[in-house]
Amino acid sequence: MESRATRIALVVWVSGVLLFLFVPIATIVLFAFDKSNVQSWPIKRYTVHWFQVAWDDPSVRSALWLSVKAGLGATALALVLGSLAAFGVHRFRFFGRETVSLLLVLPIALPGIITGLALRSFFTFGGINLSLLTIIIGHTTFCIVVIYNNVIARLRRASGSLVEASMDLGAHGLQTLRYITLPTIATALVSGALLAFALSFDEVIVTTFTAGAQTTLPIWIFGQIRLGQQLPEVNVVVTAVLLLTVVPVALAAKLTGGGGMTRSSVK
Amino acid sequence: MRAALTLSPPLAWFVVIYLASLVAMLVTAFWTVNPFTNNLQHQFSLANFGDIFKSPIPAIIGRTVVLATCVTLTDAAVAFPFAYFMARVASPRARHALFVAVLLPLWASYLAKVFAWIVILTKDGTLDWTTGSLGLGQPNIAYTKIAMWVVFSYLWLPFMILPIYGALERVPDSLFEASADLGAHNFRTFRSVVLPLALPGVVAGSIFTFSLTLGDYITPLLIGSGSGTNLIGNVIYDNIGLANNLPFAAALAFVPIVVMVVYLLGARAAGAFEAM
Repeated sequence: MESRATRIALVVWVSGVLLFLFVPIATIVLFAFDKSNVQSWPIKRYTVHWFQVAWDDPSVRSALWLSVKAGLGATALALVLGSLAAFGVHRFRFFGRETVSLLLVLPIALPGIITGLALRSFFTFGGINLSLLTIIIGHTTFCIVVIYNNVIARLRRASGSLVEASMDLGAHGLQTLRYITLPTIATALVSGALLAFALSFDEVIVTTFTAGAQTTLPIWIFGQIRLGQQLPEVNVVVTAVLLLTVVPVALAAKLTGGGGMTRSSVK
Repeated sequence: MRAALTLSPPLAWFVVIYLASLVAMLVTAFWTVNPFTNNLQHQFSLANFGDIFKSPIPAIIGRTVVLATCVTLTDAAVAFPFAYFMARVASPRARHALFVAVLLPLWASYLAKVFAWIVILTKDGTLDWTTGSLGLGQPNIAYTKIAMWVVFSYLWLPFMILPIYGALERVPDSLFEASADLGAHNFRTFRSVVLPLALPGVVAGSIFTFSLTLGDYITPLLIGSGSGTNLIGNVIYDNIGLANNLPFAAALAFVPIVVMVVYLLGARAAGAFEAM
């Protein structure tokens, strides 16, 4: 339907946008292998030396460990709460159903600084000291929608007749859950968990407000970039974080076809 | 009953933690900080909201809104042909590949992307080198508002592509045929059929491009040049850290919320949600 000229123009445009999206990411990965400790382009010598340096750096290690703990904790909580929300919204018709979806997406639709500051005010209000737990609470709040989106996208595509057949054959609720529902949503849960972990692992804004004096990996990176220190190490750490966010996403997209992964889907 | 059982844990989380936090922030905004002891004073006061109208805050709010608008318009313009190609021209395989190609940068580490742009834009960085070797001179835009505009547009672009694609994908082919049968040429079909049906997607995307720019303070700190390029987010952030004035930060946090509400009401008045 589109004319040949339009099609060519569109292909050129799309290629340009793809370059725009991926050149920065490729650039930073290349610089992780730059031998020089002063970054300059073009890179003259390549090395994996800085990976060793970063790995041996105790401040990087402790930040990495804290981020992993926060990511695992938030992912576990979000898995339970997000899938429960998806089941509830999918199975039952009730007043305010749309409001629930909207409420869940608010923490990522509103600027992170608002979620962060609100949580900080809440903790100050309640006299709660900032700790690993407060980081996990913050991350769980914005990770729930990730699980919810994945699970509800799967539930909507799955046929309800399987559940009905299971009930007709005399299975009770738990058996249906065990043999029908969970296998149906298994990959959606895995994909949601991967994404939630990726989101948590990289989050810096909400974390800044809920971490107090603790340093997660993104907070470490932010601090180093601001100070302009140890940039070769920053390159390496940033590349590692990049991989730890991109690989789960690629896996999740393979598992689910990407249906619940747009971050923005409210419905 | 079962609905209540399934929904109450996640809803309880959101009410007890998230909504309560927003309320706590609202209440905090009416408190003040004792200038001598630095302690919070739990007395009702409108002073923080009054301070929002004192220089330089209004100028910073204006700068933030202008930048968020520029970023949103840029992303809409860049994303639209891309999403159109995905939805209407690409083969199913190419469409899926492009979809994943947008998802990857969407989820890829935010800090990695910002840091990449520092490396690209910095003096004698990869951009200067590339334009230099093409004989175009060196743009040298590091640490300027232009740099912030480019980086924000880059960061939020996937948030704009996906909803526009979602909207265009749902337009049935028959509408295009009907439009052509009724004698509309391509441009007319585009203007009278495609654009109105894509508008809800553009609005959905713009909610993210707009709102994420309004609340960001990391990119201005790393890509901008300091006080001249500060956004609302930076003022909030500074009041949490250095200035240690949680109540004023809380009051300021309502500025992005109010701007977003006004924006959404405006979009609704313009009919952007009717087709949703």
